[in-house]
Amino acid sequence: MGQKLDLELISLTKRYGSTVAVDSIGYHFSAGTYACLLGPSGCGKSSTLRMIAGHESVSDGSITLGGRDISDLPPAKRGTAMMFQNYALFPHLNVRDNVAFSLKMQGIDTAKRHARANEMLELVDMTALADRLPAQLSGGQQQRAALARALITKPDVLLLDEPLSALDPFLRIRMRAELKKLQRELGITFVHVTHGQDEALALADEIVVMNNAVIEQAGNTRTVFDAPRTAFVARFLGSHNVVSMPEGMLAVRSDALKITNPNGAKLPGTITNIEYQGTHVALTAAVPGEQEVTALLSDKDFFGNPKELGEAIGLDWEAEAARALAQ
Amino acid sequence: MLRNNSVIGWLLAAPLSLVLVVFLVLPIVMIVVVSFWGATEWSIYPAFQFDNYEFLLTSDVTYRVFLNTFKYALITWVFTLLIGFTVAYYLAFHIRSLTWQIALFLLCTIPFLTSNIIRMISWIPFLGRNGIANSTLISMGVIDEPLEWLLFSDFSVILAFVHLYTLFMVVPIFNTMMRIDKSLIEAAADAGASGWQTLRHVIIPLTKPGIMIGTIFVVALVMGDFITVRFMSGSQSANVGRMIQNDIGLLQYPSASATAVILLFTVLLLIGTLLRFVDIRKEL
Repeated sequence: MGQKLDLELISLTKRYGSTVAVDSIGYHFSAGTYACLLGPSGCGKSSTLRMIAGHESVSDGSITLGGRDISDLPPAKRGTAMMFQNYALFPHLNVRDNVAFSLKMQGIDTAKRHARANEMLELVDMTALADRLPAQLSGGQQQRAALARALITKPDVLLLDEPLSALDPFLRIRMRAELKKLQRELGITFVHVTHGQDEALALADEIVVMNNAVIEQAGNTRTVFDAPRTAFVARFLGSHNVVSMPEGMLAVRSDALKITNPNGAKLPGTITNIEYQGTHVALTAAVPGEQEVTALLSDKDFFGNPKELGEAIGLDWEAEAARALAQ
Repeated sequence: MLRNNSVIGWLLAAPLSLVLVVFLVLPIVMIVVVSFWGATEWSIYPAFQFDNYEFLLTSDVTYRVFLNTFKYALITWVFTLLIGFTVAYYLAFHIRSLTWQIALFLLCTIPFLTSNIIRMISWIPFLGRNGIANSTLISMGVIDEPLEWLLFSDFSVILAFVHLYTLFMVVPIFNTMMRIDKSLIEAAADAGASGWQTLRHVIIPLTKPGIMIGTIFVVALVMGDFITVRFMSGSQSANVGRMIQNDIGLLQYPSASATAVILLFTVLLLIGTLLRFVDIRKEL
């Protein structure tokens, strides 16, 4: 910790027999970044993470950390630590012993390793529950214990495999705030695998969108969200409409759409659904070419000029709000 | 309605209770009752006396036979545990596909399609004075004279026990191991544990309930056995089962019952002690 090591994937490939799970991907994670690997299930994001962790062999290419090739090192020698999806806490050990497990493996004596474990537990606010068994903890508490266990080895990179998927929605939002806070405090790189775009947007400094074993688009989270390059990225990140126009495929943010008269608008349409969402109203319209677009209007805008189902409307947007997509 | 429910509950529990009472509780009660009866050379008579127990507990032979039984149980336990754990570990952690796991597991059970006695007796031509083992060793020049201790010895008894009962160790241990989350093994590797450390600090502790169930099977079977000891020792060794069998042969039912009661008590005490160390409830 504190050495600020960059993590780099170089033509990283994973094959299972004849199937290619990860196809020659490359990405540079700057030290201290919170990065999210985002994609649908089966896109290769978990395989990528497991290769970085050392739980999956690298078929081709390499992984370097601070310029050192770690592709063939055992997991504990890489400078990475992994937090598993189901936390993988040892059920027969209490929280403190779980956290101290790696120190025990190194042969550090009980007093010393318990002291270090207690420090870690303090960091994740679990001191009071140190003597409990994992089965006696709630999901959120288990996650904190797993975090403490991963961090005790002082990794340069923390790998998180869908860390929030086992939690209920309320806890998920709370825990994600805690993850972000912890990452800021520690200043180490977090690589977080998720299939939830809201989670990725909320947490990540950098986002790596994967699909079909390759990286579709990667970079600064806002840059990616504001300028999706492909229809897949636009759809997966959500809040975008992908429409086929005479000039080509466009991505237009739902909140950039304006409702106008059918005449002279960029797209004429018929309202097929109106969904009230509290602060916003989502208005879905069928447009030519058997497409659907959704406009997100503020409640003030919508109720200032309410529309009915089946009403003909026009949809308009500022030229700069539309992004041309690669085919 | 509530009354009705409780009647239905009793009715549902009745068949099994009845079977257990008739075939388990009553026979044991009978044995306990008879163990207090008296016997002469030619008759047995109902009584309530402690003569049988007094005779057993003051006799040197009883202690030696019990000790021998414990010896068999302990040595058999060690070997079945070592072999059983290794086989289960291999099946659970080294065979990747479920199909192969099931296939190899069934392969382990195939010898059990024949009877106990046949499997035991088939050792005799193998281990005998002029048996396959001896003649092979002699023809290979390893030994000059047949090994006498191969058959009708403690060696052959324990060999037969291990052969007969290892599967009772494999099954529960394999079952427990299959429930170990594979990500725990990865988590151990992530924490820098070597293969041996993972075995010692993760797999063995998590397999304890299975080991305990296997132990109960093996110990109970060996402690209660008489036929293996009789065949494989050529009637030269004794265990408690043989002692009971002898008494029965001499129609000394009260004495046999008293021995059986003591054996039952000993085994229950042993299992009770074992259960204090490991919680097996979640395996059942």
